[in-house]
Amino acid sequence: MTQLMNENGIRCDGRRVDQLRNISIKVGVLKNADGSAYIEFGKNKILAGVFGPRDVHPKHMANQDSGILRCRYHMSPFSVTERKNPAPSRREIEISKVIKEALLPAVILKDFPRTVVDVFIEVLQADGGTRCAALDAASLALADAGIPMRDLVSACAAGKVADQIVLDINNEEDQEGQADMPIAYMPNLGKITLMQLDGILTPAEYQKCVQTGINGCKLVYEIQRKALMDKYFTNEAQ
Amino acid sequence: MANSVILAQLKREQILELLKEGKRLDGRGFEDQRPLSIDVGVIPKANGSARVRLGDTEIVTGVKIQPDKPFPDLGDKGILICTAEILPLADPNTEPGPPSEEVIELARVVDRGIRETEMLDLHQLVLIENKSVIGIFIDSSITDANGNLFDACSYASVAALLSCTVPKYEIKDEAPVLVEGVTSKPPVKTIPVSITMARIGDHIIVDPSSYEEACMDARLTITTNTEGNICALQKGGIDGFTFEQVVRCSEIALSVGTKIRKQLEKLM
Repeated sequence: MTQLMNENGIRCDGRRVDQLRNISIKVGVLKNADGSAYIEFGKNKILAGVFGPRDVHPKHMANQDSGILRCRYHMSPFSVTERKNPAPSRREIEISKVIKEALLPAVILKDFPRTVVDVFIEVLQADGGTRCAALDAASLALADAGIPMRDLVSACAAGKVADQIVLDINNEEDQEGQADMPIAYMPNLGKITLMQLDGILTPAEYQKCVQTGINGCKLVYEIQRKALMDKYFTNEAQ
Repeated sequence: MANSVILAQLKREQILELLKEGKRLDGRGFEDQRPLSIDVGVIPKANGSARVRLGDTEIVTGVKIQPDKPFPDLGDKGILICTAEILPLADPNTEPGPPSEEVIELARVVDRGIRETEMLDLHQLVLIENKSVIGIFIDSSITDANGNLFDACSYASVAALLSCTVPKYEIKDEAPVLVEGVTSKPPVKTIPVSITMARIGDHIIVDPSSYEEACMDARLTITTNTEGNICALQKGGIDGFTFEQVVRCSEIALSVGTKIRKQLEKLM
């Protein structure tokens, strides 16, 4: 078993308890997609592409009063140590659903009845916390596609490692730590749009964990904003 | 009931009006669950079973226990797998076929509640490390779907587990062989209790009915253990929660969960 935290409170990858992994994001990386983003979140490498609003197929899924959102989260077979079967697993289907429900509060699809906005997420390399990193990219890809939004969705996990509440659980901490709590948050509206938990927390730790996760989301938000501005507010863009 | 779900969407205004007065459509208080009845041993051919009714939602869960190979990275633990199926007879909108997103989420949330509370000591289910373990399969058939399948399915799964008997296997020539007539109790460490809450407007209500689910903004399922810890969470629905609301939900899950746990403890 790896030592997850040393006596100075430094984690196995050299971070402090309240420190995020390195994050870099680029918006508008795909030519065909209406909106796209690429994120490197620690060793995670994830692409998100958005198409729409466009016609719904199959047609019976269409809603007469509003556009609908669909989401597919998928891991490439080479993204993890042991080859992953490319067919969608039950885990991927569940994550697709919770990501969709994390993005839904942010998008405004009332003006696009009978259409669909498709969000496709491809995890090229996975290293713990893929659903949060995927959400960060997907939210920017939606903005890049010009979909009306109330807020960006920023996501980051918190958790419990070596009896301490820490920000942004990495792969080792996810495997051997005590709790993992992915959170997605709309920073300007103060709303949690995704929350899950695996692991045992006391009520006090639970509150601290949610708060730590929200603080992390606010840090991620600044990086997301900058990535959007890099595409739209620089001289080259004009 | 299909029409009544559409009706419920139209009734959102009315439900909201009632909630403002502190009332619910079926007369319950915000933190009242529907009546819960649990019968165990309903399927004698299973190693453990339960029929649970939560209001008008009904679920039959069976536990089957048999030797299996361990997961490659978990050779020192027995296998635990939860599945669920909403039977076509349970709901006019359900058709036979591969499981929907909703059903996969349901089974995984029930599984997570049992796994993450560490209800069972899976280390006690190893026959030969890395080679042969005992597998516990918990399969739930939803026979009548009338809201809050998460909690009903969790209670049925936990009740079936608590009432199950584990057959004894011996290793002969490196293969597990059943020892007839010898059984033991499952290695239970704690009792998980799942509490699902719906947010409609600013109101948080426990154990939403299908009418309430059709017009809820967001949903939160919290599983707690006997020691009063929070062990598993799942947010669902089309909107979110504030920090204050998720803290409030954890308090409700702990207090309401205590009553359910007493009911489940009687099955041990």
